[in-house]
Amino acid sequence: MSARTLIPGITARATTDLPVLKPFKGKPYGHDEIGFSRFLANLSPWAVVCVVMLLALWPMAAMAQAKYTIGDAFDALWKWVPFLVTKGFALNILISVTTMAIGTAAGVLLGLWQISPHPAIQKTAWAVTQAFRNSPWLVLLFIVMLAFPFEITIAGVTIPIPDWMKAVFGLSLPIMANISEVVRGAIQSVPTGQWEASESLAFSRNQTLWRIILPQCFKRMIPPWMNWYAILTMATPLVSLLGVEEIVTLSRQAMEGENNHPELLIPFYGFCLVIFFAYCYPIARWTISLERKFSVKL
Amino acid sequence: MAESKWTPKEPMVSAKDVHKSFGDLEVLKGVSMDVMKGDCVCVIGPSGSGKSTYIRCINALNPIDSGSIEVEGQEVNDPHLDKLELRKKVGMVFQQYNLFPHKTALENIMMAPMRVLKEPKDEVETRARELIKKVRLEGKEDSFPGELSGGQQQRVAIARSLAMRPDVMLFDEVTAALDPETVKEVLVTIRDLAEEGMTCILVTHEMGFAREVANHIYFTDRGVIVEHGPPKTFFTKAKDPRTKEFLSQIL
Repeated sequence: MSARTLIPGITARATTDLPVLKPFKGKPYGHDEIGFSRFLANLSPWAVVCVVMLLALWPMAAMAQAKYTIGDAFDALWKWVPFLVTKGFALNILISVTTMAIGTAAGVLLGLWQISPHPAIQKTAWAVTQAFRNSPWLVLLFIVMLAFPFEITIAGVTIPIPDWMKAVFGLSLPIMANISEVVRGAIQSVPTGQWEASESLAFSRNQTLWRIILPQCFKRMIPPWMNWYAILTMATPLVSLLGVEEIVTLSRQAMEGENNHPELLIPFYGFCLVIFFAYCYPIARWTISLERKFSVKL
Repeated sequence: MAESKWTPKEPMVSAKDVHKSFGDLEVLKGVSMDVMKGDCVCVIGPSGSGKSTYIRCINALNPIDSGSIEVEGQEVNDPHLDKLELRKKVGMVFQQYNLFPHKTALENIMMAPMRVLKEPKDEVETRARELIKKVRLEGKEDSFPGELSGGQQQRVAIARSLAMRPDVMLFDEVTAALDPETVKEVLVTIRDLAEEGMTCILVTHEMGFAREVANHIYFTDRGVIVEHGPPKTFFTKAKDPRTKEFLSQIL
């Protein structure tokens, strides 16, 4: 008995003749579509504040001898906050919103191509989706940054393309690919019986898609879509590496303006953490509650 | 496509030597049958005998491998077949109802005539309300499928198909997912239809219904029609041992 191969391809001796429980099958992909929001929404808001505060205490102890105290650092931060929020964080929001708009428009199109009846379109869309979904965001950003011209001339009119706009294009690529997957997943989650029923009522494929299938899965797409928005917003500081003057770049400049005291690091970057958390946390909570609502009602 | 010269004296649905495989599995191994206008035909047989596959072939939901199916003289096994034109003539009701969950009962019925046949809304609505009455669901016009029982959903599905004014209705085990009490209300609806002269092809396990309403019964097993005949002789004088065994198990 023990010498018998129980599982094709597995040649190891079976160690028991007793019935063995099959491995537990994990949750299907769809359940993890909003994993990031789930994590974020489960964080206690105080946890983040506490972590930042604890970190802030550390230099206070380590550099108590220095003339420049942590209190001075917080005073400096306080002075810079309005500037960091209105000039820096506002740009992060602008980048995230425009990226989401472009990424969604392109992603929906790509997602629909992924279920195209034409194998060539379907395979191409699949390949594009996988390529951008599995590429490092920063690499995509660099490619777009360097490949895009800083201005374009259309019919004699020269339109400058600011850096942040190029960053938007770069970030749109992975968002597009991920939204494409959201759309494909949602469409394929509609039972095939719905396709058959509308086909047998002589609906064309397009009519079936737009009138029967998409209205049914629109709601299902919202929570994962919001999840991607939160992920994207958290990722916008990446563009600081490319010199876009968003909150992290401006924080660094502000610290330089305050003579680069090391005590400044924790208050300034801590503030960045807190403001991103404060913005994304409600979105995550909302995502979770929508997901609950939609999964109950079917 | 050539205009078909079909006349009501010829079979409305005529299948000849239909073969269909899914991969290596041959599901239909030469099925032939003629269904005349106004006939009510029941296809019975054990699970996996190819009954459902066969009627799904009639409206081209499943393409066939070889043989021929003609619906009112229009060849279904034709690469240039206009599937949408075919499906306007052939209504189909499924085991799982497959109503559109985001639309009310009335909207479910009105959608296809409005969007596919492009008929004016008022006209379609009048007809839809008559159909609701016909399947005895007055008062449920504005209910969503999720608020209806299985039997009620299935009757909406029948009305939805009828709204397209098809010439043939296909019923694919339409009572198989229902409670015993609600089976009857659906069968009564189908019986009324058959008595009005609608051409019906049913795949069913309801022997009582087959005996009472059908005018021809086909028994299929493993992809072939083993035996067929009118219910009177079919149920009492079955010749083939497989038919006899099947009937003895369920009657």
